[in-house]
Amino acid sequence: MFFYYLRLSALSYKRNPVLSTLMVLAIAIGIGAYMVVFTMQHTMGGDPIPHKSDQLFHVSLDTGDPERDDDPPEQLTYIDTMALLEANRAYRQTATSKFSAIIEPENPEIRPFASLGRGAFADFFPMFDVPFLYGSGWSPDADQNREQVVVLSQETNERLFGGNNSVGETIRFDGALFQVVGVLAEWTPIPKYYDVNNGPFDEGEELYIPWYLIVEREMSRSGNTNCWKSIEGTGFQAFLNSECVWIQYWVELEDSDAEAEYLTFLNNYANEQKALGRFQRELNNNLYDVNEWMIEQEVLPDETRILNILAAMLLAVCLLNTIGLLLAKFLGKSAEIGARQALGAHKGSLFIQHMIEAGFIGLLGGLLGLIVAYFGLEGVKILLGNARMQTEWMHVDTTVVTVTVALAIVCTIVAGLYPIWRACNVNPSIHLKTQ
Amino acid sequence: MEIGPILRALWHNKLGAMLIAVQIAVTMTVIINAIFIINERSRLMARPSGLEEANLFHLTSVGYGDDFNEQVTSDDDLNMLRQLPGVVNATAVNAIPVSGSGSSTGVRIDMDDRTANVGTAIYRVDEQVFDTLGLNFIAGEGFDVTDMRYRSSAGTTDADKVVMTEALAAILFPDLTPNEVIGETLYTDQVTALQIVGIVERLQAPWPSWENVESSVLIPEQFLDTYSLYVVRTEPGQRDQVMRAAEDLLAGSGADRVIRGVNSLEQTRSETYGADSALSSILKTVVVTLVFINSMGIVGLAVFSINKRRKQIGTRRALGASKFEILRYFLLENLLITTVGVLVGAVLTIALSIVLTTNFNMPAMAWYYAPLGALALIAIGQLAALGPSVRATTITPATATRTV
Repeated sequence: MFFYYLRLSALSYKRNPVLSTLMVLAIAIGIGAYMVVFTMQHTMGGDPIPHKSDQLFHVSLDTGDPERDDDPPEQLTYIDTMALLEANRAYRQTATSKFSAIIEPENPEIRPFASLGRGAFADFFPMFDVPFLYGSGWSPDADQNREQVVVLSQETNERLFGGNNSVGETIRFDGALFQVVGVLAEWTPIPKYYDVNNGPFDEGEELYIPWYLIVEREMSRSGNTNCWKSIEGTGFQAFLNSECVWIQYWVELEDSDAEAEYLTFLNNYANEQKALGRFQRELNNNLYDVNEWMIEQEVLPDETRILNILAAMLLAVCLLNTIGLLLAKFLGKSAEIGARQALGAHKGSLFIQHMIEAGFIGLLGGLLGLIVAYFGLEGVKILLGNARMQTEWMHVDTTVVTVTVALAIVCTIVAGLYPIWRACNVNPSIHLKTQ
Repeated sequence: MEIGPILRALWHNKLGAMLIAVQIAVTMTVIINAIFIINERSRLMARPSGLEEANLFHLTSVGYGDDFNEQVTSDDDLNMLRQLPGVVNATAVNAIPVSGSGSSTGVRIDMDDRTANVGTAIYRVDEQVFDTLGLNFIAGEGFDVTDMRYRSSAGTTDADKVVMTEALAAILFPDLTPNEVIGETLYTDQVTALQIVGIVERLQAPWPSWENVESSVLIPEQFLDTYSLYVVRTEPGQRDQVMRAAEDLLAGSGADRVIRGVNSLEQTRSETYGADSALSSILKTVVVTLVFINSMGIVGLAVFSINKRRKQIGTRRALGASKFEILRYFLLENLLITTVGVLVGAVLTIALSIVLTTNFNMPAMAWYYAPLGALALIAIGQLAALGPSVRATTITPATATRTV
């Protein structure tokens, strides 16, 4: 029966090709456009580390200016970072910030080049599930002993060592030698959820070193630095002792008890600091998990959110269009429906027949919609013109394909419910008479 | 006029008519808001930065190695750049307007009242900056080479002069004319007193979406670190050749350093505004698509409703209705439906505009968008209905006598 109805749908399509094609086009465009925006939003705002995003927390301490009523600082001061590191109260923890350095390759044929790096702790790699191609991260001892070790990104390893296993080799940057302990496999989380304060859609870093080295070697820091209070004195030590925020602090906490405990610890710490004249605002310390922090920092651009609203409305227009056209099409078939009823077709089987006809149109619309979505995404990539996005970003995967086709069929059937109902309630006698 | 019969006929098929009206209403809501966003973004992109952008490019030098001498290298670089054929002038700055990265600080005129701080971009510049960037003085003057101060980035400034934009002067000294502001004292966050020596018409902050984008100060100082950012102004039309020559010149100068970020101001601008222009292009596609879908829907349903009424049309023709009267009937029908649609659409348009204004950083829509949009959609509706309606006029009176 299903295939008989499917054949009827195809016949019906042929009988009314203009109306039917218009419907397919409307659905294809509506669904296609919506899927473009869905994919954009899915990639930009989706959960980047689903299995543990609720266990990784960004530490927020309100060390802000008591005379102003602005948001708490996004990052931490050096003083607070050191206090949290020494307390060592979380299951895993890392302070992290960026630096820039010139790499001077040993191979004289490769010219020195500027690179961006990240200072972090041994825990950084297991916390964020960083994949390794060769070697591994450094040990906690390397942090404590300020060892000059480095983890290279895959790209940097490619550039310096032609992609070979470089573990044990040394490279020269910031005027010193660092020993390679690990090389990352491709690791390009989008957005860069572990650092959304310094360009959430920027490229990943090229080097990773123990964070203490940034301080000890007074390396040139990169990334946001905000100071509400003037630095007292001059020199690097004065900067470290200041209220300037420039460090991000992440902790991994295994359950909500641990989370509550850690927050209490933060509040106790803040209260101790209040006695020393710091933390002059009302207590407002927070732990944000990965997704909460991305929402708090408004990582998803306004543009994407506006487009999402507009695309949903565009889909609505296309579906309204489909309802109208289906209504016209089905009512135009009144005579045929009347004849079927007179020959003994139940309302139920008429209903199923037209559901299949609507679904058939939805399927065609969905398939065409995939093509629209594909070209739409290619267009968006060209418009955004970011090399990184060209290669890895936003592609039509199986999820998108399934969602697109399913959404198209479901939407068309839903849009068809009223026209189908009207078609099934045709009074057969009237239509038989005119024949 | 046959408004009465049209209304009765529409009532007979009220759902079909309503669907088109709602479709037009939603279409109008999206189109008008999209056009407003497009216009708003182009207005933002068209704001002048205060620079003569067409002939400017910038490049960055990052030094390394122990024997790298910052100040000497920087001075040598600027001298070499200025002697390059096609170069008008060159300057060292800490940030580029419109580039998206730079420094900001708070400034005030009452030393003790920190709450009165006004946020402003801070440009650390040399005395050649005004000539190089093409800044336009409306009061006072720029810096002298003796005003320049050099220090490490960790310390506090010991410069004592400042130039600011007219917009910032108007915020800090609302009651003074630009000429009266010259000679006044400005305090930075670091409680340094700076004497205001000049006011320039315009110099945007590096962050175009910042609320204080027109507020900038220029301070005659340079950091002694390994990082130098140069802006070069060339003779008209020679920018691209000079840009390549400058890169080769500095890279080949023998100092231990890396040259990077060689970009024209125009490139930098289009990168910074990339999201805005992408959004505009996407929205333009959305508008065209919607107009197309909407018109196709109107055409489809008009063809259907005319085919359904062939016999009635034939009858009217047989009873003496002229072709024009048939045409008028269907155009009027469309006009009635569209008018209801755009009236509902106007309400929805304003509602969505309010949602966008409250949730996103967007100004309110000007009053004329909704009425102009309504007129445009009525015109589109009439155009879409014209084809099927003209075809309806070709139905002959003889049709009335035939049975289907």
